[in-house]
Amino acid sequence: MTTLRIKNARKVYPNGAEAVKGVSVDVEEGELVVFVGPSGCGKSTLLRMVAGLESVTEGEIELAGRVVNDLEPADRNIAMVFQNYALYPHMSVRKNLAYGLKNRKTPNAEINSRVDDAAKLLQISEFLDRKPSQLSGGQRQRVAMGRAIVRKPAIFLFDEPLSNLDAKLRNQMRLEIKKLQQSLDTAAIYVTHDQVEAMTMADKIVVLNDGQVEQIGTPAEVYGSPATTFVASFIGAPPMNLIPGDLSENGLNIGGTVLDHTADHRGPVTFGLRPERARLTSDANGIAVDIGVVEELGAIRLVHCQLGDHELTVTQDSEEPLPSGRMGLEYAERDAMLFDRDTGHRL
Amino acid sequence: MDKAQFSSPWMPYLLLMPQMLIIAIFFLWPAAEAIRSSFFLEDPFFGKATFVGIDNYRDALTGSDYQRTAWFTALFTILVALISLGLGLMFAVSADRVLRGQSTYKTLLMWVYAIAPPVAGLIGVMLFDQHIGPLVDFAALFGWDMRIGVNYWDTGTAMIIVATWKQIPYNFIFFLSGLQSIPSSVKEAASIDCRSEFRRFWTITFPLLAPTSFFLLILNITYAMFETFGTIDLIVKDQPGNSPVTLVYKVYRDGFRGNDLGGSSAQSVILMLIVLALTIVQFRLIERRVHYN
Amino acid sequence: MATTEIETDVPRAKAALSRKSFGGVRVYDHIVLWVGVFLMMGPLIVAFTTSTFDHVLIHKEGMQLGWGGQFMETYQTVLTQQGGFTGEVTGWLMTQNSFVLGIFFALGKIVVSMLAAYAIVYFRFRAATFCFWIIFLTLLLPLEVRILPSYEVVQQLGLLNSYTGLILPLIASATGTFFFRQFFKSVPNELLEAARIDGAGGWQFFVDMLIPLSKTMMAAIFIIMFVVGWNQYLWPTLMTTDETYFTLVRGIKQIMQIMIGADIPKYNEALAMAVLAMLPPALVIVIFQRMFIKGLVEQEK
Repeated sequence: MTTLRIKNARKVYPNGAEAVKGVSVDVEEGELVVFVGPSGCGKSTLLRMVAGLESVTEGEIELAGRVVNDLEPADRNIAMVFQNYALYPHMSVRKNLAYGLKNRKTPNAEINSRVDDAAKLLQISEFLDRKPSQLSGGQRQRVAMGRAIVRKPAIFLFDEPLSNLDAKLRNQMRLEIKKLQQSLDTAAIYVTHDQVEAMTMADKIVVLNDGQVEQIGTPAEVYGSPATTFVASFIGAPPMNLIPGDLSENGLNIGGTVLDHTADHRGPVTFGLRPERARLTSDANGIAVDIGVVEELGAIRLVHCQLGDHELTVTQDSEEPLPSGRMGLEYAERDAMLFDRDTGHRL
Repeated sequence: MDKAQFSSPWMPYLLLMPQMLIIAIFFLWPAAEAIRSSFFLEDPFFGKATFVGIDNYRDALTGSDYQRTAWFTALFTILVALISLGLGLMFAVSADRVLRGQSTYKTLLMWVYAIAPPVAGLIGVMLFDQHIGPLVDFAALFGWDMRIGVNYWDTGTAMIIVATWKQIPYNFIFFLSGLQSIPSSVKEAASIDCRSEFRRFWTITFPLLAPTSFFLLILNITYAMFETFGTIDLIVKDQPGNSPVTLVYKVYRDGFRGNDLGGSSAQSVILMLIVLALTIVQFRLIERRVHYN
Repeated sequence: MATTEIETDVPRAKAALSRKSFGGVRVYDHIVLWVGVFLMMGPLIVAFTTSTFDHVLIHKEGMQLGWGGQFMETYQTVLTQQGGFTGEVTGWLMTQNSFVLGIFFALGKIVVSMLAAYAIVYFRFRAATFCFWIIFLTLLLPLEVRILPSYEVVQQLGLLNSYTGLILPLIASATGTFFFRQFFKSVPNELLEAARIDGAGGWQFFVDMLIPLSKTMMAAIFIIMFVVGWNQYLWPTLMTTDETYFTLVRGIKQIMQIMIGADIPKYNEALAMAVLAMLPPALVIVIFQRMFIKGLVEQEK
């Protein structure tokens, strides 16, 4: 069953700025959907429209089969974890968790058992009587999640919840959130600008750009067959190499180098190749590149090289001999992607 | 981004009602009344009011008594503001630098803030009293025969001294908190770049304090013009004949003692315009301060 | 250019060094501060010590330092002796009135301005801008420049010689509203959003979140406003002719004139009255020094 259905949602601010330009997304039961995109792409706005913190200019938000456009946030059966946690600083952890339930006139016994359960699940039972200011960043993060869990909502909304944590804690919490969401079997929307977070956590990724959906798909789909150059450059690190070229009967012409290519399309295209799908060889007779700066990352290295006038990055296992001078470039043809240069869409 | 807000058709009005009612009754109404009656000549005995246009303003501005008062007010304001700012800054700079006893100094230097202007006036009256005042004796050491309440300038001097004394703690508190908000990294960088402490103060610290100082200057002008009423009222006692007074005091005297409602109102309106001008300057400064940050 | 600057700097730097280092204690600064303390506290100490002496002695020999031994007698007289023109008012009654004015002025100001600031910051409504400017207008016109018409209004309302007439007009100025507006604006927006998701309505958010969060601010404002209220002079002078409504600060001129008007002026009693009038506000700001400074400095931002 579909938990949340966003139908053609638009958001136009009073000053005329259009933050969300007709987005449709479905969130299935128990599914974790990640909205990812650069800042200003409308991902947070869209989340806040689901939460009821922003009004919906056009379109429908349907939660568990009911249109909730005009409902107050509290009446929507959602729970949200904020970027800066937004814990109530003057209340103890217990009161923070209980506040929403109290406002909904939940019986005290019920409140207590729900708070205790959530605390146990998140391992914050010993902090229940502390104030948020006495907790570490990671602990606050758990309290914020606890506040969401006790509500037993139809859907969790996460608004960049890990961006205030340091890198190590972030990786750990990422995993925990994913596990927790799976064990609770509750649908969730997770907003982030970090594509690694998106790839690792999502059941389904929604790539947003400039208020529009670029692509919706599983992490593998979004990575393996990006629909547009935007998705291609945004998902995956280091990003995909994108080089302008021209398709003709002879093949693909990139800055003077002509590559064999069996495509029907003719005209200007963008040629895309993931750094990890290219290989450097000592035979420079095919496609020749000039090796530039080499960055060692430990297990792998990034080799920056020059193909005609264009920059190109290739990843390489650190065990291989250090490349230098002029070398050949190889790739499988199925790994090369072609995009229409005007629309940016995949051919 | 703006605050997310509630929308309720009646609640904001309910919340604002007490404030707006008080403002309407005790503020807008009197202010309108002041402006209205400044254009009328009221007969105190028969209660008849005649429209006289700007006569009240002309009379006020051209009267020799008013001009004399205005000059004294200007002098009084400038001296009180500058001297109390200067001393406040001097004490603050020292208090910022000492390590031992800082909080004790702070407490003792800000104590006087709590004293009401008329109470300061009363203490001034005693200290400058012809019979018992030690400050009169002190002036006599220099051959100055101070006669408060008799000699115009002697009285004025006493007023300036008392009003300044009362205002020093205020400036001290603001300057000290301004000094303490200068990041220690800036102070350390300055001490590496410039050896002379004196130079460092005038080239680094003082420019950083400048926004605070301008801002305080306006507050001090407002204080000297309006809040010194009590001090002046006690020092002139009930014989304001040959004593210097400020414009605010004159509004009060002409209106309540002299029963010249129209004239007093016209003077009120002139003062309102002065405050308006000061406020505009003040807001310009605040805007500029925002740019600094 | 640079070299000459360095050269001229050397003697000054040396002077600064010699001024600075005396066993690590900064002699110059301590001297300045001692002079400051002498200037600020000296008059108060003389006022207090003189008030403990006998008035005949003061009349003959001037103001006194030291302990005069008449402390109890003088202060008891000032507090309990029925004085004034009507002979109804005592120092004790005036002290009580001062407390009433200080406390209710501060409370009234906090309540009124918090409600108004809450409406302005957290509600979207049509008259918001209009109300904001009306409130702003009050900053432009201090009571001192509109005393006469204010007096007439209060007179017409029949509020002369009443606590209401004494306190309400003083609350009209909007300093407190701006203070709380500034503070509310600094409260993170997410807190409101979290509370809304938790089902808090307009009034609930105010009571459950803003009031607890504003506690320190309220205390700071209370301290400042108590001092401001206690120290009111002009308005009480106009408003209260009935001596049973006199505050210490209001009554001080009349009392002084009666005491000094005697054959041998009762300087000691006048000064004792001044000490009584300054002690409570001074103690309040000294005890709550930190909070007071915070409130004062933030208020002007």
